[in-house]
Amino acid sequence: MSAQPKILLLDDDQDFLDLYREMLTQHLPSLPEVKVANSGARGLAMIESEPFNLLIVDLNMPKMDGLQVITIVRRKHPQLRLVVLTAIRDEQFRTRAYGMGVDQYWIKPESDQEMGLFMESIDALISSEAQEGFRGVQSKSLVDIIQLECLSQSSCMLKIVNGPSEGRIYIQNGEVFDAEAPSLSGEPAFQRILSWKTGTFETMPADPSRTRTIFTSYQGLLLNTAQAIDEAASELLLAEAAAPVEDSPANPSGKPNTPIMVELSQMEGVEFVLAVGPKKSTPNSWGLDNPKPVADFTRQTLANFRDLGERLQFGELQQVLGNGPQRHVAVTTCGESELCVGFPPASGPEHVRESLKNILSKWGS
Amino acid sequence: MGLLSRFFKSSHQGLMQLPAGSFTLDREGMIMTSTLPQSFPADHMRSIGNCVLNAFRSAKKAQMPLSEIIIHYAALKVLARELRGGAIIFLMPQSLSPRLKKH
Repeated sequence: MSAQPKILLLDDDQDFLDLYREMLTQHLPSLPEVKVANSGARGLAMIESEPFNLLIVDLNMPKMDGLQVITIVRRKHPQLRLVVLTAIRDEQFRTRAYGMGVDQYWIKPESDQEMGLFMESIDALISSEAQEGFRGVQSKSLVDIIQLECLSQSSCMLKIVNGPSEGRIYIQNGEVFDAEAPSLSGEPAFQRILSWKTGTFETMPADPSRTRTIFTSYQGLLLNTAQAIDEAASELLLAEAAAPVEDSPANPSGKPNTPIMVELSQMEGVEFVLAVGPKKSTPNSWGLDNPKPVADFTRQTLANFRDLGERLQFGELQQVLGNGPQRHVAVTTCGESELCVGFPPASGPEHVRESLKNILSKWGS
Repeated sequence: MGLLSRFFKSSHQGLMQLPAGSFTLDREGMIMTSTLPQSFPADHMRSIGNCVLNAFRSAKKAQMPLSEIIIHYAALKVLARELRGGAIIFLMPQSLSPRLKKH
């Protein structure tokens, strides 16, 4: 893509398109190239034919509305930044748009001040896209970021978010002081956070009043953690090698057969856990004598409800909970895996929600 | 004419609101009753109903009969209760703003 950012403006009102094209072209410091389209179909055709950095889309358009355009763009061009610019003040449409993955939702500016804020936010959005150096730093691993902070002798708090889990690493004068992860603190929390494969981080101001719980040097900590992760990975490989072959009933004994399943089997109030990977691979489970029908239920239910949500624009499918006389179940997605977790029928909704959150956090690690 | 239509243009011309309310289905997936607004298409109700009935049947086939299913989407919560092979389904739009959050 060329250095000059490209914006596509999509609205059914030609006067609006002319006005905003002029304003974006002339008033943004990054001097973007702005193209316009007055219908959803035309906009999609333009996105197919040339690359854009940003799509600014109205919601209220005839034939194909903005939500339909967003659904298609999110599926076919997930890297494209999306901004909704609409006159609709309805809270529900804002929730739906964010649920479908838009970056920003703006009500059409009605004053110079609002217009200034809108321009600033658009410029920030396309500048962060254009400045490849910063993006490079963000895509570094957590180990690199910790090394960077410690080497520069800085004091800060790193807030790391991995799916539903949040972790914090406290750094004081270049030394790791303390760490917090769901139901863990100190060194075990640090190890848990570093085992997360993906996530986002934020650097926050240091907390000088924090009590020190970690006394190992940061090099020692990183070394211990790398060793623990390597050991877990080799255990997993051994377990996978010993796992049943395709097309045979998976884990007929119902006993946990991988380290993560061993960990999950020790959770209180959980009857079974089943995980199915992509491409109809053999399900991994414990607590089930015959996991195949449960795996079919998991795949089918998630696929049907995901498809329904996309078609009717309900936003992203988060989870499906089922209550029954024999057991309760929760079905959800975690990375590339689809999970089905069983709970005793006496479990309350709070227990189910908390357990599912813990399982997702462990699975994400 | 162009000027008039600009003044009288409906604010939600092509957009469909997510409705709040409930509807019931029989075991064949036929809609029996509904408290949803008429602007919400019957086809959409049938699509939701079929997915829900399939989920109940599929759970039963997996030896895990369910009497209630709650589906959480980013913008909508769907609660379905089994009714002698059919179902009663509640649709509850969700909000990002805690001030407006009801469910």
